[in-house]
Amino acid sequence: MKKSKILMIIGSLLLLGLFAFPLWNITLEAPQYPIPLGMDIHITKFTDTNEFDIKNINLMNHYVGMQYIPETIPEFKIFPIVIGIMVVLGVIIGFMGKYKLYLGWFILMSVLGIAGMYDFYLWEYDYGHNLDPKAIMNFKNPDGSVMGFQPPLFGTKDILNFTAHSYPRTGAYFMFVGMFLTFIAFFVGKKEAKN
Amino acid sequence: MKTMIKSFIAIFTLSVIMVSCGDANSNKSTKQSGALSGNAAEKVYVAPGEHDEFYAFVSGGFSGQLAVYGLPSGRLFKVIPVFSVDAEKAYGFNEETKPMLMTSHGFIPWDDSHHPDISQTAGELDGRWVFINGNNTPRIAKIDLTTFETTEIIEVPNSAGNHSSSFVTENTEYVVAGTRFSVPFPQRDMPIDEYKGNFKGALTFISVNQEDGGMDIKFQLRMPGFDYDLSHPGRGASHGWFFFTTYNTEEANSLLEVNASQNDKDFIAAVNWKKIEEYVNNGGGKKIPSKYAHNVYDEHTHTATSTMKKEVLVVDPEDVPGAIYFMPTPKSPHGCDVDPSGEYIVGSGKLAAELTVHSFSKMLKAIEEKKFDGDAYGIPVLQYEATLAGAVKQPGLGPLHTEFDGKGNAYTTFFISSEVVKWKLGTWEVIDRKPTYYSVGHLMIPGGNSRKPFGKYVLAMNKITKDRYLPTGPEVTQSAQLYDITGEKMELLLDFPTIGEPHYAAGIPADIVAKNSKKFYRLEDNKHPHAVKTEAEAKVVRKGNEVHIYLTMIRSHFAPDNIEGVQVGDKVYFHVTNLEQDYDVPHGVSMIGAQTSELLIMPGQTETFIWYPKQVGVWPFYCTDFCSALHQEMQGYIRVSPKGSNVPIKFTLDGDAVDAE
Repeated sequence: MKKSKILMIIGSLLLLGLFAFPLWNITLEAPQYPIPLGMDIHITKFTDTNEFDIKNINLMNHYVGMQYIPETIPEFKIFPIVIGIMVVLGVIIGFMGKYKLYLGWFILMSVLGIAGMYDFYLWEYDYGHNLDPKAIMNFKNPDGSVMGFQPPLFGTKDILNFTAHSYPRTGAYFMFVGMFLTFIAFFVGKKEAKN
Repeated sequence: MKTMIKSFIAIFTLSVIMVSCGDANSNKSTKQSGALSGNAAEKVYVAPGEHDEFYAFVSGGFSGQLAVYGLPSGRLFKVIPVFSVDAEKAYGFNEETKPMLMTSHGFIPWDDSHHPDISQTAGELDGRWVFINGNNTPRIAKIDLTTFETTEIIEVPNSAGNHSSSFVTENTEYVVAGTRFSVPFPQRDMPIDEYKGNFKGALTFISVNQEDGGMDIKFQLRMPGFDYDLSHPGRGASHGWFFFTTYNTEEANSLLEVNASQNDKDFIAAVNWKKIEEYVNNGGGKKIPSKYAHNVYDEHTHTATSTMKKEVLVVDPEDVPGAIYFMPTPKSPHGCDVDPSGEYIVGSGKLAAELTVHSFSKMLKAIEEKKFDGDAYGIPVLQYEATLAGAVKQPGLGPLHTEFDGKGNAYTTFFISSEVVKWKLGTWEVIDRKPTYYSVGHLMIPGGNSRKPFGKYVLAMNKITKDRYLPTGPEVTQSAQLYDITGEKMELLLDFPTIGEPHYAAGIPADIVAKNSKKFYRLEDNKHPHAVKTEAEAKVVRKGNEVHIYLTMIRSHFAPDNIEGVQVGDKVYFHVTNLEQDYDVPHGVSMIGAQTSELLIMPGQTETFIWYPKQVGVWPFYCTDFCSALHQEMQGYIRVSPKGSNVPIKFTLDGDAVDAE
């Protein structure tokens, strides 16, 4: 089998890592939490880093009027289907061995990824800004606007007494490596076609 | 004349030199002691945020409790309620723990706690449980070291002054309780002056279930009517034996300070418990009627139950020949301590001029060669010289207790001469002595009574404090002192106050225990019959004149927090569940006018108190343990209407029925 085919198939299959490992993680550090609170985001669920972390994040956040992190969200139904289709599609394309389709797959996956991130951003924005008007504590920014508590999309940010970290986890690395392999597959395939 | 002047000048010069040398020396020594005391401070300093190296479980004495300290800092972490009610933790006040203090004499809210001992496996500390004895109304308690709570108490029948307790065998097969007072066994109405020959001393072997720690009296030895003072298990080669000091072998029943001090020698009783266990396992012993309470706290129902037991298995020494021997030991021996190898048994004759050490191997040989010196009530008395390993000569005045460092040294406390004396096993020579302030009783080296001592510190527990701390009126603080024993000479490092009178302590490296410490109780494992696990389940139910309030607490509100329909003359139960599932978020609750303590409820736990409303009005309750920034807002009201009022039961949170959440 051609090298590009193998790369394309393996690259697509690596996306399956998203079913086994968390995609993203948000961790909250504060002086009162020597063991930080953390939430892992999978494509199918939210999980505690340490047992009861989400319950305790909710308890913390209710002081500033943030909503509870839901048990489930519609994305948890959509994401696995999309990823599943992309894996199957990637493998089929791999076997077909048409290198131009590799790039197509990669672009499609990138668009879906960006859409996913945008969706995540929208949820985060809502989570951080759609506050209960009866919130126990209200904070204003220096310019007088209502302070939001949106966690960072990527990176680290101080929010009141908490330092919030938002970073990809193992599942995401599987996806990144997988996508990178399909991208390489395109160039390798192109080279193979020339020869 | 000239020579005189010369020699005068010479002497003068010499003396100047000597004086200045002396000055130099004294300066130097001042500096040295400065450096040394600085060193002592460093040795006990545990920087903010850092942890102590050892846990010390120090008996609370007549407080009836057990205190948990860190060593070397001497900081108090927790007072674990054991035998006495504790309003702070609602121990003995809430409905769940009242059964813990039940006895055959009814509810007893206090005891005199004495000798903590940590469970062992293969002769080494394993950090599963601490056992401690209640001396007054004889009981043995077990404290679970995952929760640092008392989880079991068993009463010891036919016993009085439960003092030679609560020491564990090498694999915690048994925790042993010996009676200080001999009493009619079984109890009966009889003249006191017929004590001799009629009163008996109970040595009780309580088996420990290795799965759940459950205690059960396996058998009681009905011994002659002496006073059984202290005890320790054999270990290593002597595993399977238990040793008890006795005094009042005179069997006096009055003015014991004189009449029990007449015999030149009393005994150490050597009990081959394995032999007796075998006898019992083969159906030996007599079951006699007896009444004693067995109280067990269940971690899942968060509730204790008390069962009254009806009989106990008794073994008389003559039924198992060759299982018990007496080793003569001078002058009312107190401490009975066995070295890490199990070979030496130290008997501290508290009125003797020397410290007696028996040899286990010599004891076995003496038994084999029948080197007896008569018998006492059919129990063979071994010849004194035949079991003697040696004696520490002129060690001090009033020896009490001995612990071991695992490096071949023993440390004995001397009450009358107020000192700790270090001596060498085998050569019996005194190596060092250091004063204590003042009148030391017990001492403790972590693991110092196991096969594997951690010989870094010795903690001396003192009976008298006098000038060591700021005065606090006639009642002066109790005290302990910490010594560094890593060098050839001991070094006094620290004084620190303790609660009650610190009768003995048990120490253990922190890392054995800390890793198992529970952070909270899981709500889903809560099997309390009155638990409510969500706010939606919170409710108020009337049953005749009883009102049951099923209350939840979470940062920072009660659900419900407005309750109406309660009437004067009702019996109001508060069944309160802490819904938190986070470390270090207990909530408390108290009701104005409730004739009981607060409840202090750990996350995931349910507790209950009863309130008898006596006055019409609207009465508040509130959270007593600072739980969050909104702790001061965590409160509620109960409307109390006159008896027979038609105000219906109603319970709300934020104006809504609670189940609306």
